[in-house]
Amino acid sequence: MTTSASDPSGRPPAGGSPRPRPEAGAAAPGGDGARAPDQPRAAAGAGRPAGPAVSLEGVWKAFDDAPVLRGLDLTVPRGSTVTVMGGSGSGKTVLLRLTAGLIKPDRGRIRVLGVDTTPLREEALLPLRCRMGFVFQGAALFDSLTVYENVAYPLREHAAELPEPEVGGRVHRLLERVGLRDVDAKLPAELSGGMRKRVGIARALALGPELVLYDEPTAGLDPTNARLITELIGTLKAEGASETAMIVTHDLEFARAVSDLIAVLIAGRIADIGSPDAVLRSARDEVQAFLAGRAG
Amino acid sequence: MTGAWRLAGPRGRHVAAYWGGLGLLTWDVFRNAWLPRRYLRLIVAECDGMGVRSLIVAMTAAIFTGMVFALQSSVYLSRFGADLYVGPLVGLSVLRELGPVLTAILVGGKVASGITAELGSMKVTEQIDALRAIGVNHVKRLIVPRVLAAFFVFPLLTSLADFVALFGGMLVAVYERRIDVYLYWSTIFYWVVIRDLVTGVGKSFFFGVIVTLIGAYNGLAMTGGTEGLGRATTATVVQVSLAVIIADFFLTKLFLLL
Repeated sequence: MTTSASDPSGRPPAGGSPRPRPEAGAAAPGGDGARAPDQPRAAAGAGRPAGPAVSLEGVWKAFDDAPVLRGLDLTVPRGSTVTVMGGSGSGKTVLLRLTAGLIKPDRGRIRVLGVDTTPLREEALLPLRCRMGFVFQGAALFDSLTVYENVAYPLREHAAELPEPEVGGRVHRLLERVGLRDVDAKLPAELSGGMRKRVGIARALALGPELVLYDEPTAGLDPTNARLITELIGTLKAEGASETAMIVTHDLEFARAVSDLIAVLIAGRIADIGSPDAVLRSARDEVQAFLAGRAG
Repeated sequence: MTGAWRLAGPRGRHVAAYWGGLGLLTWDVFRNAWLPRRYLRLIVAECDGMGVRSLIVAMTAAIFTGMVFALQSSVYLSRFGADLYVGPLVGLSVLRELGPVLTAILVGGKVASGITAELGSMKVTEQIDALRAIGVNHVKRLIVPRVLAAFFVFPLLTSLADFVALFGGMLVAVYERRIDVYLYWSTIFYWVVIRDLVTGVGKSFFFGVIVTLIGAYNGLAMTGGTEGLGRATTATVVQVSLAVIIADFFLTKLFLLL
């Protein structure tokens, strides 16, 4: 069974329903999903299959015989921001990587943006990944490329017909959007952790993704940078930078600030899911124990 | 874990995973061998890195190999009054074996360990996953250009190394053993046929591919952070040397059959 906003707990999602999507923006030249970063995400459902953005059903994943996910069910409704919380080593990042198709489940089924990714080979997953953005915990910037080249990279790969001035314009708009100026020529090694994360976010948004996956966006940051990232993700959400976001974190304050739904991952399964307030009031002992530990 | 896999034990599993992984990577490289035009500059850049920047190493090794071989052979041949065969002996040995094998081991070790280090550090810092997450075929982007570059560069380097080794042999033959320079070259051209050159250069096409595949696989499959990266790089040098020597036997058999 799928755990979702309408899961057996019957708890409604935050605000009653996933956030409304902004009005349509014109598709950018390129035609392969390279939507201009300053344009809002196209209207919901326009030309896309109905159904959740992400659906994991009975997903199992083990490493060296040690199970990490044990029959996990989770549904991420389109247009929502769903945060998966869990302790260190609980399988949050594994869940995100499974969603992006970077690793394969041992059992179970994963559907992303209407595509069953479970049987797909690497090459078949590539077009789907162009519709997603992935923000890595350590930013994973290409260390031999400048900030500008990092953000321009997806455009040059997938919208090769874009003239360089157009690429430059998009890159600068993306960098401004994440609050970075005058860093074009810097190498990733010359940036602070918070700046690297923001460049990672700009790169993830370059192709105008329908779904953005954030891996621990505030981990390892000082409080000021963590607050900046929280505000940035909140702003991007409000601006409709991406239709759907899936975030994994163990930062409760961050999760409360940005999420429509919070799912708590304990012992390889989703122990509870609902609006932030509902999860905080969860009747499940293991969830309360986890939250108390985090809050403490 | 299946029964057979469990029975294989950790070492057996490691060996099976290595050969299986290397085989799958080789298959992936061949499936993705057709590159988009924008990747052609990557092949050029790799040719520069592998070829131009390996010239000094390859040519230094080649000239001294030719010189040593001429020195050793001329001493013993002179006992039988066969000094005039120094040229053909050096020529045949260099063109058929020493040129391609030494170039592959020396340049291959350098190139492959560099590939392992680069891909391994990209893996540690999740840059390969970042490429995949962007929707980029990492085999096409990172590995195929290197394999193609090696496919072109290794025969060129080998050809150049062959000539430089023959030149080194000539220096010793002429200045150390007082053999006539015309005699040295004319006996080479008399005894050495084009097939000898083709055999050696032909092997180097295979060596280039083998070397880059080993380097790439060890980089992609490395585990254990920076310590693992060091182990993987060392393993690459050893594996490349062994692979070239072992492949040389089978390729020699193949070229003798052709």
